[in-house]
Amino acid sequence: MASDRIFGLVMAIVALAYIASATQIQTSFLSDPVGPKTFPILIGVVCAISALFMVFKPDPEPDWPVLRTFGAIFFAVIVLVTYAYLLKPLGFLLPTAIAAGVLSFQISPKVKTAVLSGLGLSIGLFILFKYALDLGLVPFPKSWMG
Amino acid sequence: MDVITNLAMGFSVALSPYTLMLAVIGCFIGTIVGALPGLGPSNGVAILIPITFSLGLDATSSLVLMTAVYYGAMYGGRISSILLNIPGDEPALMTTLDGYPMAKAGKAGDALVLSGVASFYGAMFATLGLMFLAPLLARIAYVFGPAEYFALYMLAFTTLGGLASNNQAKSALAACLGLAIAMVGVDNSSGMPRLTGGNLHLFDGIDFLVAIVGLFAVAEVFFFIESHGKSSSMGVTLDKVRIPWRDIIMTRWTMFRAAIVGFIAGILPGAGASLGSFLAYMSEKSIAGEKGGFGTGVSKGVAAPEAGNNAAAGGALVPMLTLGVPGSGTTAVLLALLMTLNITPGPTLFTERPEMVWGLIASLLIANVVLLLMNVPMVKVFVKVLMVPPWILLPGVTMVSFVGIYSLTGSYFDLLLMIGFGVLGYILRKLDIPTVPVILGILLGGHMEDALRRAMVISDGDYLYLLSSPIAIVLWIAAVLGFIAPMFLRNILRKPQAITD
Repeated sequence: MASDRIFGLVMAIVALAYIASATQIQTSFLSDPVGPKTFPILIGVVCAISALFMVFKPDPEPDWPVLRTFGAIFFAVIVLVTYAYLLKPLGFLLPTAIAAGVLSFQISPKVKTAVLSGLGLSIGLFILFKYALDLGLVPFPKSWMG
Repeated sequence: MDVITNLAMGFSVALSPYTLMLAVIGCFIGTIVGALPGLGPSNGVAILIPITFSLGLDATSSLVLMTAVYYGAMYGGRISSILLNIPGDEPALMTTLDGYPMAKAGKAGDALVLSGVASFYGAMFATLGLMFLAPLLARIAYVFGPAEYFALYMLAFTTLGGLASNNQAKSALAACLGLAIAMVGVDNSSGMPRLTGGNLHLFDGIDFLVAIVGLFAVAEVFFFIESHGKSSSMGVTLDKVRIPWRDIIMTRWTMFRAAIVGFIAGILPGAGASLGSFLAYMSEKSIAGEKGGFGTGVSKGVAAPEAGNNAAAGGALVPMLTLGVPGSGTTAVLLALLMTLNITPGPTLFTERPEMVWGLIASLLIANVVLLLMNVPMVKVFVKVLMVPPWILLPGVTMVSFVGIYSLTGSYFDLLLMIGFGVLGYILRKLDIPTVPVILGILLGGHMEDALRRAMVISDGDYLYLLSSPIAIVLWIAAVLGFIAPMFLRNILRKPQAITD
């Protein structure tokens, strides 16, 4: 109940903001009868209506996990974002081993398997991508390679 | 006969050693992708597209490879349904209803072989149907103007939402979300940036592959973190595999009917394989009646959904190739592949790129035979794959997604967007909001708006032009019905719940 209402409300506000910013789209002098604003505004309106439906006719509450699981998912997101930033400067092997290991630990909390799957995945995927599929991956940070 | 000469040309493309090799590799990967719980067809095809693209294969080869994966995944989905009671993808849910009880009764081998044969039957029927029906539909599609296309897109969104979800408002919301995302970027006709918030990265729009991989693959990782991989229980073991001739002969009419039902369901834009297997199972259940024993592990209950599911998978290719409107989540992903390869699906595809279309059809016929050979004698190999624990599989999938997207676009921003879509996908699925309409919206949003604007240019702003032809009117009526009818039918056509131990 409550989650549908909250999500519906958030989406309705987003839809209104979307409509508002759609009205700000610049039209060029060479325009067709519809123009670049109409369709986005239309979508925003339908979106707002469906979102309001969610607010007033919510479904039963889904099974939300406990707070700690949310923490775990949030942590996974942080790991992935960090991974995205480190992939280029640090090369493929190191960040992949760490990120894969952390995710593995989060799915099944055993240190040994996590370390092994992190190392295995990083090396295995590197060999697969680099040699079998011929993608241009850099294994280590550039500074190490001299 | 046009079909025969065309098909001969198709086989000359498909039988070249290189294409043949790609088809076989595709079948193998596809079956694995389908069999692994937590890596359904849409998921698997989605993470493979960026990789295929960065390999630099030409259009025909990539299409052959990916459709072989697609067909293979439809075969593979049954393995985890039967042995683990975990459907590898949504259409395979129906297979668990009788497949798992059959496996528990010690007939796991029989169920696997029978469902493999049923898959072959359904897929073969659908591929032949595709071969004859697609050129006809392509001819009709020539008369489609912008007004008809706009109505067709409407139909795709309303039926997809109406049939695939439990709540119309939620599926409409999902479609709008996708369409809204598709609007971001520089407007094609006026050349002005729209809704980018001044962010330079967004001027090119949001790449649909980033969204697809995020919504499907990355979101899956969060689900596994939530469940700690517990859902992947160990199921039934498989000892001996032999061919149950008696069951196969007994279910021949079931397969035939299921294949027809599935194929028709697959052709409907937006309906797709889930509906195919669902309708096939339900219709056979009502034909068999009370004493048919559906749900207790009968062979007909395994054959029907598998034939229906695979027939629908083939049928879904018909609207995708001829009209550019996918019939299911996975064909939406295949459409993304076509768009990445700069191929515009539609009637002109059949006249301008016949070697590609017919090569694809011939490859599908070959792939189907290969899949039957792989899935019956070698089924044990794929059963081994189910042993891959989720704590290796899911991190692996994530890393492949990252490398795929990174090698495709080379931008951090896209990786961050992908993670964002992953979080969005998790929330949407938790709230029971379907993600496929989001994908469809992102894929088709630009085309839909174009159709509307071109129609308005033709009619000089008269909105009634959208209803000016009989085809358009029929499509609009179907769209409205497709949206409203499920609200009333929902109580009658209730989905059977999965069996729990």
